[in-house]
Parts: sequence; structure tokens; C-alpha cells
Amino acid sequence: MVVYELADEAVDHLFHALADATRRDILRRCLRDEPSVSRLTKAYPMSFAAVQKHVAALERAGLVTKERRGREQLVHTDLDAVRRARQALDRLETAWRGRVERMSDLLAQDTDTEESSTRGQPR
Amino acid sequence: MSVTSVDKDFDHLNLTLVADFGAPLERVWQLWADPRQLERWWGPPSHPATVEQHDLTPGGDVTYFMTDPEGEQYRGWWRVTSVNPPRSLEFTDGFADQDGTPLADMPITTTRIELSEHDGGTRMRLRSVFDSREQMDQLMSMGAAEGLQQAVGQMDALLAD
Repeated sequence: MVVYELADEAVDHLFHALADATRRDILRRCLRDEPSVSRLTKAYPMSFAAVQKHVAALERAGLVTKERRGREQLVHTDLDAVRRARQALDRLETAWRGRVERMSDLLAQDTDTEESSTRGQPR
Repeated sequence: MSVTSVDKDFDHLNLTLVADFGAPLERVWQLWADPRQLERWWGPPSHPATVEQHDLTPGGDVTYFMTDPEGEQYRGWWRVTSVNPPRSLEFTDGFADQDGTPLADMPITTTRIELSEHDGGTRMRLRSVFDSREQMDQLMSMGAAEGLQQAVGQMDALLAD
């Protein structure tokens, strides 16, 4: 478990950030486009400060990046963060493949022992 | 190769793995049921496991620690939710602090294994699900579980472009 601790945390952050409909919508809008926070505000019936709070939550989770251009802050979805959910599963797969391999090795040792004791074959 | 197939479900954060072993079912079950066998495969070679408690009954606990190359110990636990020797076992597993108390804020995985006779050997089917408990509880209470699946599914679709 220790080896994929960080990936699990990333998944938790992802869950939390995605728990809100507005934040999910912001993520989708910022996937291909790079709108500014003020342009995003026009899309929602809420204040600039409220939208900025959602963007900040997404930024804390590492799901979006903000880039200052002139007087504006452009928001862009970080695909790598979205990919972390995949990575968490990839690591789980790696951990279990390793375990299955070690199980096989243990079972193979039974056979080796049997063979060498019953047939006396040197290995 | 022992691993026959691996299937990852990204929307539901689970993994299904099928492995075939050329050993009798009872022998494969021993890998899980004998703590001395378990500690020889559970941790990676860099983090060998030492199993302390090992009670494979419903509600029973398995506790262990893994030791890293620097000698630091990480504690973990299983809580057995269902068991049918020698054919199936289901447990949740997570981390614990140095006193062995489960860490509530750390992620939990639920794993189910099923063993069956196959081609003169044993087939092990394993399903492991990420259970980010706190956030999932929160999501459920907000009625957003469906929305989450949708959102992750949509992102996957977008990423596949």
C-alpha cells in the first residue's frame, strides 16, 4: 500500500473537486479553451468572487492551472491531474502483478522441493 | 505468466485481475490463510511484511507492518468482511498509525478474491476497488455520485480524442 499512497491522495483530491457541478462545468470549459476568470463569471449566475473560489478549489486540487496574461488570469484544465486517477489504477495493477508473481514463485518452490526430494534431481 | 487478464474500470475506480496457478486450490488458499506465507508475497521485496494478527473470520482483523530499506515501519490492517474457505475472501485494507489504530483520513481499498479449479490448476479472480471513504460519503450525501461518474466518463472521452 505504501508504494501508491500518493496516488490515492490524488484520487481523493479529484473526488472532492468533482463533487460540485459548477466545478465540473468549469473543468470542461477549461479543457480546450483558456478563459479568464472574468469570462468564466459571465457563464454562471454568481459573483466573480464565487467563481474565483471554485477556481481556487480546483487549483488546490491541481486540476487547473492559472496563468497571468496582462491584467487577466487565464484558467486551463490540467490533463495530468485527470490522468492521476488512471495512474492510481495503474499502480494498483503493478502492485497486484508483483504480488501474483511472488505467489507463483512460492508455489514453484513447492514443486522444486518435491522434485528434488522425490526424484533427487539436482537443480 | 500467471496473470491471465487485467481489466481496469476508470469510471468506477476498480481493477479485476485473473491469474492461473499450476497448484491445487487448497495450496493457493494457503498463500492467504497462512500468515507466514502471506508475508512472503504481500509487500514488495523492498518493503517486506511482518504479519501480527491474522484472523480470517467475518469481522476478523489482519494486522501487519512493512519495513522499508531505512528500517522505518508502516502499519496496515485488513478487516475481513466475508470468508468461505478455501474459495473466497473479502476484506477492506488500509493504513494504521504506529499504535495500530486505523487512519481514518487515509484511503481504503476493498478486495475480493475467488478461487476455483481450472485446467488442473487454480484460477484466482481478484477485484479491488478504491474506497476514498470520506469523499465518497460526502458525494453520496450530496447526491453527486452519478454526476461524478458522468464527469469522469466525459473526461475520459475527451482524453481519448
